[in-house]
This record gives sequence, C-alpha cells and structure tokens, in this order.
Amino acid sequence: MLGKLTLSAIPYQNPIVMGAVVFMALAAVAVLGTITVLGKWKYLWTEWLTSVDHKKIGAMYVILAGVMLLRGFADAIMMRAQQALAYGPHKGYLPPEHFDQVFSAHGTIMIFFMAMPFMIGLMNCVLPLQIGARDVAFPFLNSLSLWLTVVGAMLVNLSLAVGNFARTGWLAYPPLSELHFSPGVGVDYYIWALQISGIGTTLSGVNFIATILRMRAPGMTLMRMPVFTWTALCTNILIVAAFPILTVSLALLTLDRYLGMHFFTNSLGGDPMMYINLIWIWGHPEVYILILPAFGIFSEIIATFSGKRLFGYTSMVFATMAIALLSFLVWLHHFFTMGSGADVNAFFGITTMVIAVPTGVKIFNWLFTMYRGRVRLESPVLWTIGFMITFVIGGMSGVLMAVPPADFVLHNSLFLVAHFHNVIIGGVVFGAMAGLTYWFPKVFGFRLNETLGKAAFWCWLVGFYVAFMPLYVLGLMGATRRMDHYDNPAWQPLFVVAAIGAVIIFCGIMLQLAQVVVSIVQREQARDLTGDPWGGRTLEWATASPPPAYNFARIPVVRDRDAFWDMKRRGVNMKAAVYRPIHMPRNTGTGFVMAAFIGLAGFAMIWHIWWLAIGGCAAAMVALIRHAFDDDRDYYVEAEEVRRTEMMRGRHQLRSV
Amino acid sequence: MSAANEAVVSQAPHGAVHRAAHGGGHAAAHGSRKSYVIGFLLAIALTVVPFGLVMTHSSIGTPLLIAVFALAQIGVHAVYFLHVDRSEAQRWNLTALVFTAIVVCIILGGSIWIMHNLYVNMMPGMMQGSIG
Amino acid sequence: MTTGTTMAHGGALAFEPGYAGPAEALRDLRPAGDAVDFELEHHADTASIAQLGFWIYLMSDCLLFAGLFATYSVLHARTAGGPQPQSLFDLRYVLAETGFLLVSSFTCGLATLAMGRRSRGATLGWLAVTFVLGLAFLGMEVHEFAHMIADGAGPGRSAFLSSFFTLVATHGLHVTCGLTWMAIMMVLVVKKGFTPSTESRLSCLSLFWHFLDIIWVGVFSLVYLFGVS
Repeated sequence: MLGKLTLSAIPYQNPIVMGAVVFMALAAVAVLGTITVLGKWKYLWTEWLTSVDHKKIGAMYVILAGVMLLRGFADAIMMRAQQALAYGPHKGYLPPEHFDQVFSAHGTIMIFFMAMPFMIGLMNCVLPLQIGARDVAFPFLNSLSLWLTVVGAMLVNLSLAVGNFARTGWLAYPPLSELHFSPGVGVDYYIWALQISGIGTTLSGVNFIATILRMRAPGMTLMRMPVFTWTALCTNILIVAAFPILTVSLALLTLDRYLGMHFFTNSLGGDPMMYINLIWIWGHPEVYILILPAFGIFSEIIATFSGKRLFGYTSMVFATMAIALLSFLVWLHHFFTMGSGADVNAFFGITTMVIAVPTGVKIFNWLFTMYRGRVRLESPVLWTIGFMITFVIGGMSGVLMAVPPADFVLHNSLFLVAHFHNVIIGGVVFGAMAGLTYWFPKVFGFRLNETLGKAAFWCWLVGFYVAFMPLYVLGLMGATRRMDHYDNPAWQPLFVVAAIGAVIIFCGIMLQLAQVVVSIVQREQARDLTGDPWGGRTLEWATASPPPAYNFARIPVVRDRDAFWDMKRRGVNMKAAVYRPIHMPRNTGTGFVMAAFIGLAGFAMIWHIWWLAIGGCAAAMVALIRHAFDDDRDYYVEAEEVRRTEMMRGRHQLRSV
Repeated sequence: MSAANEAVVSQAPHGAVHRAAHGGGHAAAHGSRKSYVIGFLLAIALTVVPFGLVMTHSSIGTPLLIAVFALAQIGVHAVYFLHVDRSEAQRWNLTALVFTAIVVCIILGGSIWIMHNLYVNMMPGMMQGSIG
Repeated sequence: MTTGTTMAHGGALAFEPGYAGPAEALRDLRPAGDAVDFELEHHADTASIAQLGFWIYLMSDCLLFAGLFATYSVLHARTAGGPQPQSLFDLRYVLAETGFLLVSSFTCGLATLAMGRRSRGATLGWLAVTFVLGLAFLGMEVHEFAHMIADGAGPGRSAFLSSFFTLVATHGLHVTCGLTWMAIMMVLVVKKGFTPSTESRLSCLSLFWHFLDIIWVGVFSLVYLFGVS
C-alpha cells in the first residue's frame, strides 16, 4: 500500500540528522504559524501563490534561493568542521555514510536550488522590464516553472527527514548510483528532485527566449538590447539545448534502477562512462548557464556606477555568443583521466583554453568601462570588483587544469574543488549578490541597508579567500576531494584555516540576513521615490519602484542602446495625454496545484508507491486540461485605473542626466 | 495626429487582421495543398528506396547512403510539412533549427568519437563495431 | 493570455542594425504628440508567439532524442550474447508502421488546410483519420514490443535492447501524448469552434505531429535499416 515507506524511514537514531529535522520543522512551523496568526493565508494565495506576475515569481525564486543557501551552507560548515577535526586517529563527528550525503546534498542544493533559482529569479524580475514588455511570453508556464523548482527543493529537504539522500556526489555517477550499489532511496530522491525541477527550468528557457525574441519594445533591435538581456538570451538558449540531455541521463539511470535495464550497469553490456559522457554534455553548458547572467549583471552595474556607456558593446555580445557555442565543445575536460586517448584529450584541452578568451575580452571591457569613469564605490560595485579579481584567479586555475597532463595530477583533488568554488562563488554568487542589491529597490520599493551590505561583502570576500586558498595548496599536496578523514597531519592546519574561512562567510550571510531585516524595518527612510535610485541606463529604471503589475502604462519607443539613458538625455515626458486599457493575464492556481501533484507523484516514485505516483500524475494532467478549457484567463485594467496608478507615482519628469 | 500615423502605428485587433490576410498570407503560413502533396510523394519515395535497398541486400545500401536518404527526408518534412523557409516569418524558426542541428551533430559525433576512443584505449582486443 | 509588442510580423529582423518598424517610419513623418516616444496601440501577436515558443520546445525535444540516439549509437553493439538486431527486426513490418505514420502526417496537413478554410467538418474528419492512423502505428509498435519481450528479448536483456526499447518507446510515448492532445483538440473544436486559441493550439499540434514523423525517419534509418544491413 505504501510501497517501501515505513516509519523506520525516519532516522530516529541519528542525532545530527534529527537535530536538523527538528530545526527545519520548527522553522516551518514558525513561518506557517506567523502567516496564520496574521491572517494572511488568503492574501498569500491570491497575491503570491497564484501569481503569474514575473516580478512576484522572480522574488519567490530568489527567496527560495536564499533559503536553500542556508541549507547548503549548513552542509558546508559541517564538512569544514569534519575535515578540520578528522585526521589520523581522530574520526571526527560525521560517519562516512553521513558525510557522503552531506557533500552530495551540498553540491546538489547549491547548483540546482540556490544558484539556478537565484539567476532565474533575477532574470524573471528584470528581463521584461528591461525590454519594455509587460510580462513574459507565457505567464502561466512561468508560474508552473517556479513551483516545479520549489517542489524539487522540497523533495531534497524531505530526504533529510524521511529516508536519506544520495551518497553519490552531485552528479551521481554509476555504477555507484546503480541499484546494486545504492539500493536505498537516496539516489531516487536525487533523481526525482532534479527531473521535476529540470522540467521547470526547461520551460523557463523556452519562455525567456520567446519573450526576448518577440516582446521587445518597438525600436529595440537586438543590438540595442541591454547586455543583461543578451546574456539572458544566451543563457536560456543553453538551458533549452542542454537540459534535455540531463533529462535523458537521469531517465536512463532511472530505467536502470526501476526497470532493470542495462545502460550504465557493469553487466550485460552497460557502460558507466556513457553516463559520465552524457551528464557532462549537460554539465558544462550548465556552468555557463550559471555564469552568463552574472556577466550580464556586472555589465549593467559597472556601466551604471561608472556613469559611462559600457565599453565594447559589440564585442561583449559576440563574446557572449562565442561562450555559449563553445560551451558545447569542452565537456570532456571533466573526465580527461577516464581513459580517452591523447587525440581526444588534446582536442578538448584546446577548446577549453579557447573558451577562456572571450571571457578575457569581457574582463577588459569592464575595466575599460571603469577607466575614466566616475566610479561610485557602492556595494554593487564592490561585489563587481571582488568578482573581477576572484573570477580571474579561478579562471586561471581552470585553464591550468585544461592541460591534460596537469589534470592527471589535479583531477578530483582539492585543487579542483578550489577552482570551481573560486569561479562559482567569485562569479555566480558575487553576481547574484550584486544583482540582488542593485535590483532590490526596483522590486520592493526601498533600498537595502548599505552599511550592512558592505560589511557582508567584506566577510564574503575575505572569507572566500581564507576558505579556499588553502584548498589549492592541499590539492597540490595530494589531498583528494570528498574525504571524510585523512592520515597526513601536515594537512590539518590548512583544513583549520579553511574552516575559519567558512565561519567568516557565515558571518557574511548573517550580516545579509540582518541587512534584510533592518532594511525592512527602516524601509520608509530608504524608499525609492523616483524609480531610478542609481541613475540607471536601462528601461527597468523607467518604471516606479515597485512597478505596477502592468509594468509600463505605455511602452516606450527605443532609439538607442541604454534606452532609458537616452530617454533621460532627450528629456522625454513620461506623462501621457491619454491612457489606454491594458490587457493582463489573470492569476491562476493551476501551476501551484500541478506542481504539488507532480511532487506527490515524485515522492511516490521514490518510495515505490505506484498507485500514488499514477494518481499524482493523472491529477496534474486533469488540472492542466481543466486550465486548457478555461476561457476566463485574462482581464483589462481600465484606462482610468491606469491613469490613477500613474498619477500616484508622483513624478512624471525623469531625473536629469 | 496625421492619418498616416494612425495607419502605420495602430493595428486592428489580431483576429480581423488574421481574417483579412486569410487568402494570401494566411495560406502561405499554413501551406498549400500542393506543398503537402509534393512533400508526401517525396517522403514516400525517400522511404521506399532505402527500405528496398536494405531488404534486397543491395550492395549500395550502405549506412552512408541510408543516412543521406534520412537527411533528405528530414529536409522534405521540414520544408513541405513544417514550412521552414527563409521568409521573414520563419527567420527565428530557421535559426533555431540550424542551431539545434549543430548541437545534435556535436552530441552525436562527440559521443561516438569519445566512447569509441575510450573503448579502443581501455578495452583492447574487443571489437565494438560502432557506427561511422 | 500573453502580451506582445507591435513588431513587424514574425519578429525583429535578426542581425540588421537598423529597424524599419513603426518608430523609424514615424520619425520621418514628424508627427506631433507623444506617438514618437511611446507606442500608440499595443497588440500582441499571441498566436505566433505561442508557435515560436512551441517550436523552441520542439528543438529541446530534438535534443532529447539526440541524447537517446547517441546512447543507441554507442550501445547498439553491446548485445551481451543476447539477440542481435538482424534476428529481431522485420523490415516489412517496420515499413508498414512507417507508412501509417507518414500518411498520418499527410492527413494532419490536410486537417491544417481545412482549419485554414474554417471547415469544421473537414478538420474534424482529417483529425480523426490522423488519430486512427496514429493509433494503428502505436498498436503495431506495442505488438512488436510484446513479441520481443515474450521471446526473451526484453529491455533488461542487454544494453542494446535497453537502448532500443527506450529510444523507440520514447517516440511511442510522444505519439501517445500527441494522440491524447489530438482527442482533446477535437473536443475543443466541437465545443468552441475556431477561436484564435483553438487555431493556435491546432497549429502547435500539427507542428508536433510532423516533428514526430521526422524523429521516426531517424529511428527507422538508424535503428532498423542500419541494424539489418
């Protein structure tokens, strides 16, 4: 009746896990309780859970990312603590099978449920505003994508309380991830969380591409789009092209585990290397999916805060497109050591080095943008400068490993771990933080506290270097990744330094939490009344903060790059003589409901509760079909209401340039 | 506001434009009977020939030739059934199709090359017999 | 519903630096008022945006099949001492299957033309024919699978068979989804007639159906014809 699910699935004997479960449960109760006490359930449902507004969906993505950052970071602290303690005769506090789950969860959460949602959330909030559109191309699909991602994250969190998570690393290589070596539910949690959220991500990709290609304001040719829009376009092309391969890889592993097939098994013709080949065909574009939006964010920020047009727009665009295309030609560098000949290794080594070139072009463009500009050192710019230094170091360590003979020494060592954290934290995380600070006033209407923001930045920057530079040294000394215990006492001091670095980053995160709280409390003092708190150059700053649901009362006609800067320069009058009714999509709960049923089906698949899996999928299909037959899906905002909203905004003259 | 402005800028609701353009543009968007019939006949030919070659164990029924027929038929489907062409309306569709084709080739070619190379290096003495 | 802009039909010109849309035309006419700085009317070409979105989804589906084709290519010789393709594939049978699917693609095209003529009867008729042909294709495929499994050549027998069954059955699953969608569309056409939304969805369905035939061309060439030759 309940498949493999029994009460013994709850890990009562494991105090660390139970502690985490209790903590999660208390947090959930606190949140749900607060909503109940404040009587906000109806508000939550009508304004947020059923919203198809890209701004709200984007905000929810970022909130998800923030919550999962805490969860993934808890895993990080646990690993640093274990490795600082567990040398020689000391075993540390985490048994190996638990440590394995911790590093697997850490990677899975940080990539799929922190970095991806953060970037997709920022793109959601900003993109339609930047191109002068009223929403994305497919608002309902946008809602569905969000909730599918949330469901995936919830499955990973649930694995802590019911059953266990995968012990196979964030990519779950076979044969370890096959049923024979991982008979439990851990790998199944991993598979279904990723498959479900992967559908959401792919749908997002389709959505954004259609939006950017077809919904730009009149006059905004491709070469007049903001650079963030360009990077978002290339990112979403990569998403649409690469995620199907992840789907295939996980599906074939699923078929091996559930139906006894032999794609990646050790017997009857299976080939585990094919999984590694396929998953990295996805995996390499994935890291570019993460970094390209960050590049776009930095481009916007550096131009705005230097008070100068971005240097080398055309080369930026072509560099972005080159990176996107090349990202499909390097994937073997993730498995140089796994048996291919020198010819194959040489080809991919060369392509890997080539892909560093367009990134170098971008760095120079950012530097030249700053040169002779009046650079305001506010926190978005601090994140940007921190990124430029840190990412270049990380990139260089990557190019070092692109040389196959060097990689033979460094593959799967802590040097590798240091490299990818260097580029992901220095690139993706710093970009996300910069974007958050930059666009927060637009989305929520008030600025974040700058002092706390700067303090948080310094903690992140210093903490990052203290945590990860020792790992480069350890890697060169021979330390392998994913070790819960080691014998060489010479390594221990370095692990201790790394742990201190993690604590410094933790302070940074705490400062950011404090920043959010303080900013909300002090929001009236920090209100953005003009809609343009930074002296922005792109169209999102032409709206009020926060923008009305319809974004633009009238869509501006674009004459040049940096469309808003151009409007300010020409002194465009924002006040309209006549307002018109605006066509808007209605909120719908279908996305939320479908995702909930699919999540239930995923849980059922994990525990082999077949009737529930079929039922959940069927219910989701019913919800979708019902939605398809529903004609009442849109409405008009009356012209009078538009006029009132625009008048309430208070200002109709643009801040002068 | 001059009349020319109005004509240029404002558009009638989509449905009316749609119906007005029904005869010419609309038909072009949905293809004509002729294009479907031509495509259908070409596809039949491009199906029957390779099947015939293989079923009669003809010596010219090589894998390469089968691939050529397959690609030709895919092209026929794309042009005659999916109406992909170089017109304005199909510009993005064609671009997306070309990009997809490139990535498909990379995935197929790359995987076969890599896995074959792995096999030759790691499992000497065993014949795999992969394609191409 | 979605929103859009008054772009030229079919979207912006891909890499042209100038944009010959409403704004440029307006500038030359030098009108008064704010029509130059702001768009006057705002009408979304929802249907064509939906079709572009669907096309992009189809491209992602192509790549999904590419992954399956790549897997088949790599694993097709790993028969693990079990049944080989030559002993399993009956090309006359596959030719018949292919015939059903190809004809259904043609009849789907006829249904699209009937929709263009706003002929409800003809559209429903051709859709029904397409449905029956598609169902025949599926029936033949299921029969083939059942036969193979009964003969001990099921997907768990070897890597070759795993990849064969998965590739072909994934296509079959797509066909099943297409047939389900077709049935729903026929109900929609009966109930609501040719609304812009119904037409847009029918266009997407026909794109899907033709795409499935394209994938099948790949399948019968790579799997069956290569396998036997």
